[in-house]
Amino acid sequence: MNGDHDDDDTGNTMTTTDPAQTADTVSITAPRSTGTSATRVVGVAAIVAMAWLVAFGLGFSPADRDQEEAVRILYVHVPTIWLAYLAFVVTAIASALYLFTSKQSLGWDRAAGASAEIGVVFVAVTLVVGALWGRLTWGVFWQWDARLTTTALLFVTYVGYLAVRRLGGSHRQRARRSAVLGLIAVLEIPLVHWSVRLWRSLHQEATVLDTDGDIDMDGLMLFSLFVGVIAFTLLYAWLMMHRVRAMAMEDLVEDRGLDAALAARRAEGGA
Amino acid sequence: MEDAGFILGSYALTLAAVAMFAWRTIRSGRRLAEQVPDEDKYWL
Repeated sequence: MNGDHDDDDTGNTMTTTDPAQTADTVSITAPRSTGTSATRVVGVAAIVAMAWLVAFGLGFSPADRDQEEAVRILYVHVPTIWLAYLAFVVTAIASALYLFTSKQSLGWDRAAGASAEIGVVFVAVTLVVGALWGRLTWGVFWQWDARLTTTALLFVTYVGYLAVRRLGGSHRQRARRSAVLGLIAVLEIPLVHWSVRLWRSLHQEATVLDTDGDIDMDGLMLFSLFVGVIAFTLLYAWLMMHRVRAMAMEDLVEDRGLDAALAARRAEGGA
Repeated sequence: MEDAGFILGSYALTLAAVAMFAWRTIRSGRRLAEQVPDEDKYWL
């Protein structure tokens, strides 16, 4: 805290030394934010992995025999939906931990909310990027196909989940109602994943997460996909750390505002 | 090269979306950090 370095990510103490004032060191203490050394490490790793994804996705990986260059879009499209699934499963697990543990820690509720926010961003990216891939492969941006429709429904459901979190009431009320919704909404994921088998679908079936365990992909293509998964996983972890901490501060600020309003009301009543 | 526009556009859109969300997250964290004392920040 008293070091002579700038620590901008965490907003830690920033100490500046004026050469004209050799005896005096001017210290400016900024409030410390959601960053820590862990977020910095994960953040840098995520940026490096993203750069690798761009290099492999757009450069090193070969064109596909059937899809040709359009396959490059899948190195973004597939990892984002996998990470969205993961984010929503984390929301469900954190919701269950809030509801079914004796402590009922609000930390689980905040983890559920943060994960759902990130998941919604990833599904939005999947839908938009998938539309671009569809235009190149099928000739249309959108079809009311089983996979596309269920994915859009997943997106709308979790936007609804985030809206429910903002309905008002106490933190405990918010946590309870959103935890119930988080546990119900996650049931959509198997429906989305298996939609290509349950109904006749324009969308191709799973290549990697298939039941027969046989991956029919070129090695460099599979590696590019793997880089994409690593990049978005690191990004997810980095966003989770920051968002959960920001949500904890949001709750504190809200509690203090409420306390201040109650104190003002009592003072008014006493006067 | 219609394909190139779609492919580059998909990467640009993805990176822009995650960068915007990350920026919004960091900005809200910094704004809130000004209102909360360090002793209430459990991660420090």
